[in-house]
Amino acid sequence: MTSILGWLCRGKGFSGGLHPPGRKSLAADASIKVLPGPAVVSVPLLQHLGAPCEPLVQPRQEVAWGQMIGRGTGTISAPVHSPLNGVAGVASVTTLPNGRHVGTIPITAAGAQIGGEALWEALLGGDWPDDGFDRYQPEEILSLIGQAGVVGMGGAAFPTHVKLTPVPGRPVDVLIVNGCECEPYLTADYRLMIEAPRAILAGAQLAGRAAGVERIIVAVEDDKPVAIESMRQAARARKVEFAVLEMRYPQGGERQLLPAVLGRTVPAGGLPTDVGAVVINVGTAGAVAAAVLRRRPLTHRVVTVSGTGIVKPANLLVPIGTPYGDLVTYCGGARDSAVRVVAGGPMTGFAIGDLSVPLTKGTAGLIVLGGVEVSRPRETPCIRCGRCVDVCPMNLVPTKIALAARVADWEQAGKYHMAACIECGCCAYACPAGIPLAHLIRMGKAQAPKET
Amino acid sequence: MIDVLIGLAPVLVAAVAVFRWYALKQIVVCLACCLLAEAIFSAMRRRAMSLGDFSAAVTGMILAFSLPPSAPWYVGAVGSFAAIGLGKCAFGGLGQNIFNPAMVGRAFVMICFASAMGASAYVIPGASLDVVTQATPLTAAKSAGGAGPDWSMLWPLFVGNVNGSVGETSALACLLGGLYLCFRRAAKWEIPLAMLATVATVAGLGDWLGPRHPLSVLHHLTGGAVMLGAFFIATDPVSSPLTSGGRWFFGAGVGALVMLMRAYSGYPEGVMFSVLLMNALTPLINRATIPRPLGGSHRAIPSQTTNGAP
Repeated sequence: MTSILGWLCRGKGFSGGLHPPGRKSLAADASIKVLPGPAVVSVPLLQHLGAPCEPLVQPRQEVAWGQMIGRGTGTISAPVHSPLNGVAGVASVTTLPNGRHVGTIPITAAGAQIGGEALWEALLGGDWPDDGFDRYQPEEILSLIGQAGVVGMGGAAFPTHVKLTPVPGRPVDVLIVNGCECEPYLTADYRLMIEAPRAILAGAQLAGRAAGVERIIVAVEDDKPVAIESMRQAARARKVEFAVLEMRYPQGGERQLLPAVLGRTVPAGGLPTDVGAVVINVGTAGAVAAAVLRRRPLTHRVVTVSGTGIVKPANLLVPIGTPYGDLVTYCGGARDSAVRVVAGGPMTGFAIGDLSVPLTKGTAGLIVLGGVEVSRPRETPCIRCGRCVDVCPMNLVPTKIALAARVADWEQAGKYHMAACIECGCCAYACPAGIPLAHLIRMGKAQAPKET
Repeated sequence: MIDVLIGLAPVLVAAVAVFRWYALKQIVVCLACCLLAEAIFSAMRRRAMSLGDFSAAVTGMILAFSLPPSAPWYVGAVGSFAAIGLGKCAFGGLGQNIFNPAMVGRAFVMICFASAMGASAYVIPGASLDVVTQATPLTAAKSAGGAGPDWSMLWPLFVGNVNGSVGETSALACLLGGLYLCFRRAAKWEIPLAMLATVATVAGLGDWLGPRHPLSVLHHLTGGAVMLGAFFIATDPVSSPLTSGGRWFFGAGVGALVMLMRAYSGYPEGVMFSVLLMNALTPLINRATIPRPLGGSHRAIPSQTTNGAP
C-alpha cells in the first residue's frame, strides 16, 4: 500500500513489482531450433553455488556425448557431462558472467555428431507417457536426476535432486511448475511449453513423486494464452492443476510466486520447503523427464537469443559450454546498433564483455541490446522520492541499502535487510535519478562480511 | 521537479489574480535570487551547474508563496540565499538537506525581519488593492473571541480572495495543483491526506468539546497555509519519510502541530514551524519505520541462497 496506483492495481500475491515492456514478440514465434554443432565447447566445472566438480577426463581423452566429465564433490553439487562426441583438452579457467572464475574442460568435436531434428527427438521431442510413473521409486528418481546433473534452469542453477529430496520434519505437499517467464525478451520457457508440454508434465510428475507431493500446479502468467492452452491440452489425462497469474515482474521469483499461487509466504532466509512447497522451472521439469525416462544427462538447454541488436532473434537448443559468440554468429551477428550483450534476462542478467565465455546450465537467454534500450539518464542525487520502495517486491528500502553499500556501511545495509534482496532489478528500473540501485546492492551482498 | 512546477502553476495563477503586482514582485525576486544563489553556490563548491534539476526554481516559488505580499524586495532576496545556502548547499546539496529549504529561508527572514513578516505586516493600509487592506482571516479570528463561525467567509477562503501569504490563500488552486502532484506521484498522497485529516479531526474535536470558536473545521482546512503546506511543503520528498507508514506519521504530526500553534501560539499560523519540526524528526521516523521484508526479518544465512527471478 505504497501508492494510490499500487493500491488500486494491487493483485493477488506480492506487493510492488512493475510492468517493463516485455519485448517478447521479437522471439516468441521463433520455434526452437537446434544449434548446429559448435566446433569447441568449454564445459564449466562449477555452474551453481557449492563445490566445483572434479574432472574425470584426461587431456586428449576421447569422450562421448553424455559421458560424465566432472563429478560433484559436495552435497550441493551436480556432475557435468560432455555435450559432444569429441576429444577433451587441457583444463582451463574462464570468468563466468557473474564474475566467478571457474575451471572448464574444453571439448573439441570429433567424429559423427547427433544433431538437428534427431537431437531434439532424443532429448525433448517424441512421445512422453501420461502415467506409469509408479514403477520408479522416489529414491531411484532422485538418484537418476542427480547423476544426470539436472539443476534449476530458471537462473539459480540449484541442483534439482537436492531441492527435491524430502527433508525430515519439513513435509512438502505441493510442487509448482514455474512457467512464469517474467523477464522481458526471454521466450525459452514459453517455446518449451508450446513445443514440449508433455515432457514438462512427465518431468513434473516424476519430480512430484520424488518429493512426495500431493498436488502439482502449473503456474503461468496470463499474457501467455498459447502456452497455457498447449499445457492444458497435454495435461488432460494427468492430475495437474493450473494457476494463471497476473503478468507482473517478478512474478516468476519463488518468493513472489508462492503467495500468488498458494497464499504462502516464504520466511526470510528460508526456502519454499519451509512452507511445504517446491518450485521447479519448466525447463528443469523437461530435463528431469529426459534424465529419468530416457537416461539423458543435462547436456543441452533452450536459450533465447534476442534484443534489437541481433539480426535474427531465435530460440535455440544449445550444448552447455558453447561460447556465446557462436550463438551471436548463428543468429546473423550483431547489428550496428548493438551496444551491450547480456547473459540472462535484461533485469537480472549480467552484461558480458567477452563472447568466448561459455553458456551454463542456468542461462536462459543472451540479449543483445541496441542503443535505445540501454540509454539511462545521467546519475543525479537521490531525492528520496520512494519509487524504489513502491516497486520493491520484497518490501525493502532499496535506496538506503544501495547508498549504504556504496560506502561499505554494512551495519546500515543490514538494518535495512540487505540480505533479503532478491536482486530482481525493479528498483534500478524505476529510479528516476538513474542510480544503479540493484547493481550496488548486488555488489554489497557480494562484498559484505558474511554473518556466521 | 518539472512536475512540481506544473503543479504550482494554478497556485501561481491564483496568487497573481488575488495580489497582482505584490505577488509578481515576490515571485520574480525569489525565483531570480534562488537561481542566482544556486549558481553561485554550485560554482563555489566546484560542482556541475545544477540549475537544470529545477529544484532551486521550486524552492524559489514556494518561498515566494510563503511571504507576505507586502514584504520588501530584500526580504525575498535574503530568504532565497538562506534557503539555498543554509537550507540546501550547507548540507551537501540536493538530496542531502534535512530541512525543507524554502522553509529554512522563511524562518531565517522571519527572525531577521520580524516586523516585515509578522501578522501586522500583512495589512497595507490605504493600498489600492482591497484585499491587502484587511487583516488575514486567521489573525482576525484570533481577536474575534466567541463569535462563532462566519460562514460567509468560507467561499472567499476556498477560492482565495482573502489576505494572507502570496500563494496560500486559494485552497482551490492548492487542491488542483496538489492532486496533480499526487497523481503524477511527484508528491506522496499519504502526507497531505494524513495532515488534512489530522487538522480536520483536531478542529472537529475542538468544535465539539470547546467553546464556540470563530473557525469551524472547514475554516481550518481552507484558511492559512494548510492546503499549500499539505500539498507542496510537507511533501518535499527529500525532507519527508521514505516509507508509507512514516509518511502517515509525518503528515499527522504536521497537522497536529499546526493546530497546536493555531490554538496556543502567539503566531496566527504555524505551518512553517510544524514542517521544520517534523523535518527534524524525519531521520528518526525513517529509522523507526523500516518495513518488514516479505517473509519477515532476515536470519543469518549466506546471501547467495536467495533465488533471483528467472
